[in-house]
Amino acid sequence: MPVKTMRQALQEALAHEMRRDPTVVIIGEDVSGGAGTEGGRDAAGGVLGVTKGLIKEFGESRVIDTPITESAIMGAAAGAAVTGLRPVAELMFSDFLGVCFDQIFNQAAKFRYMFGGKARTPLVIRTMVGAGRSAAAQHSQSPYHIFTSVPGLKVVVPSNAYDAKGLLIQAIRDDDPVVFCEHKLMYDLRTEVPDEAYTIPFGEANVVREGDDVTVVALARMVHYALDAAEKLGAEGIECEIIDPRTTSPLDEDTILDSVERTGRLVVVDEATPRCSMATDIAALVADRAFSALKAPVRRVTAPHTPVPFAPSLEKLYIPDPDRIAAVVREVHGFVQ
Amino acid sequence: MITAITMPKWGLTMTEGKVVQWLKQPGASFAAGDELLEIETSKITNVVEADGAGSLIRIVAPEGSTLPIGALLAVVAPPETAAAEIDAFVSQFVVVEPADTGSEDVAAPTPRELEVLGRTLRFLELGTGDVPVLLLHGFGGDLNTWMFNQPALCSDRRTLALELPGHGLSSKDVGSGDITFFTEVIEAALAALTVERAHFVGHSMGGALALALAARRPEQIATLSLLAPAGLGPEINGAFIDAFMRASRRKDAAEALQYLVHASSSISRAMVEEFLRYKRLDGVASALEAVAHAWFPQGRQAVDLTASLRALSTPVQIIWGSGDRIIPVAHSDAASPAAVHVLKDVGHLPHMEKAGEVNRLLRAMMD
Repeated sequence: MPVKTMRQALQEALAHEMRRDPTVVIIGEDVSGGAGTEGGRDAAGGVLGVTKGLIKEFGESRVIDTPITESAIMGAAAGAAVTGLRPVAELMFSDFLGVCFDQIFNQAAKFRYMFGGKARTPLVIRTMVGAGRSAAAQHSQSPYHIFTSVPGLKVVVPSNAYDAKGLLIQAIRDDDPVVFCEHKLMYDLRTEVPDEAYTIPFGEANVVREGDDVTVVALARMVHYALDAAEKLGAEGIECEIIDPRTTSPLDEDTILDSVERTGRLVVVDEATPRCSMATDIAALVADRAFSALKAPVRRVTAPHTPVPFAPSLEKLYIPDPDRIAAVVREVHGFVQ
Repeated sequence: MITAITMPKWGLTMTEGKVVQWLKQPGASFAAGDELLEIETSKITNVVEADGAGSLIRIVAPEGSTLPIGALLAVVAPPETAAAEIDAFVSQFVVVEPADTGSEDVAAPTPRELEVLGRTLRFLELGTGDVPVLLLHGFGGDLNTWMFNQPALCSDRRTLALELPGHGLSSKDVGSGDITFFTEVIEAALAALTVERAHFVGHSMGGALALALAARRPEQIATLSLLAPAGLGPEINGAFIDAFMRASRRKDAAEALQYLVHASSSISRAMVEEFLRYKRLDGVASALEAVAHAWFPQGRQAVDLTASLRALSTPVQIIWGSGDRIIPVAHSDAASPAAVHVLKDVGHLPHMEKAGEVNRLLRAMMD
């Protein structure tokens, strides 16, 4: 089976759905990827190359470059979705959500409810999350928990190329607004990805690794760090079960709870800030629903409650790493009442 | 002489395996074909059998350890061998990774594609020889169905595993999905591969297809080996077919696949994941529905090939698991008792659950 980067996998998902369904359109800043530059349109294929080739195949009526105005992008996309198109709107950095939050939070997310179930809003918002590029505090956040907290939005946080393609196709075919969060350090990660189209259902976690000692729930890039930690811990005789929820809304609560019922220990790893976050949410879920199974306190490994530092040395400390994860798992595993 | 037992490579995707249990202990001697240890793979647990006779001197890989293919698992040597010699053998052992050797016979096998009746079919060809072996998987199966058999059979034969339309990574258009459609596809594929005569091996629905082809073109078929074939009686586990079709989530998929094997064995997480990856592909759900509708409407088998089996002049054998929960082993009564091999404590996948035994039976038939 061919091995592809997450960038290629996402591009294939977009191209496949645009071929299959003429109502799928892309709208965002520089989505044609190079307009106004020497190379012209498609020279870059979007800010990170994900939309490469699409303007050539589908033309400017379906790959729509906009001015730098997130509120207009999301407003136009929400309106288009509710009136018959399937827009894939790009919010280049999720950090910019404040500019267009009304369109997402109070409009797109509410249409189905406010119109008595008669309106569909098949809108996908693709957006970048994550620190690690020294892009400073305004371009490095992971605010998927903010989207997750809004009823009416579905939220996807893929951790590999195979999942990214299947989840993006699912998102485009879904009749509700979906925020699709791409970690900006993961576009070059490779894995086997079929050429064909496929869908991965929302709310179905992936058990990345099986183990009986400690349940580790991790998202996006942290899945890989958790795996690194689990390899080390395995050599020490501590077997981690690693769960990648893949979607934070809907959240596959059963897979997490079933695992904790068996291991009795939970560590949640999340690159986002800790207050009112996914880590906190999942910790609360387990404390609420699996308390009697717990043999040790639930622990969270997260960023600190600060903005993302610009200095590379500080940014490195800010992001959870395999050593920190392993240290916390050891504490949980060795906990004695 | 000191020799090594190493981690085998079964199937296309295996990179490592887990030692589940040693069935021989250090000091024990064994004969060719004896079961040495169990290894958990990407599908189900399989048994490593001894190539020849010897004594197990030292176990290097403890139970529970996961090791790459080619890794040293145990040392075989005469009982009087000095410990120092064994130490030296272990310390000097070099894992030969197939990809590193550069020689063709051990390079990772790659499936190829052919165009048949407007569809792309995937197939895997291994080994060389005169009369090839054609392997036909069952409903919902794929090339990997034969992961424990094709590598064993190809050492002195040409083997061809065909992936039927609607299955694996072949085209998902199954037309009517009935037995006529599939036999036409297989005949066209054999013509495209210029195969005039072959040993046919078919599992479940693939067994029915092999039998139907034998009835249509007896001259094309050297021998026929049917593993838990469909088409020899009306019963089939309708609950399994329903669960198999419905499953889109891991838990349901694991429950459905569990029907396939003997109650005491278990399906690996990787096998469940592989099944889900197949089921998620566009077109698979409708393909399976069409096939199930044509073959197993209302939980009964629509295809009856008992007359074909009785009229057959080709040498035939039937291999069935005593614990088959999909198609009852009693259907083997349709054949003459001499041709039937019932394997104890085996479910619907004899070629995976008791690969060594099935491989021996297949070889004996073809030789």
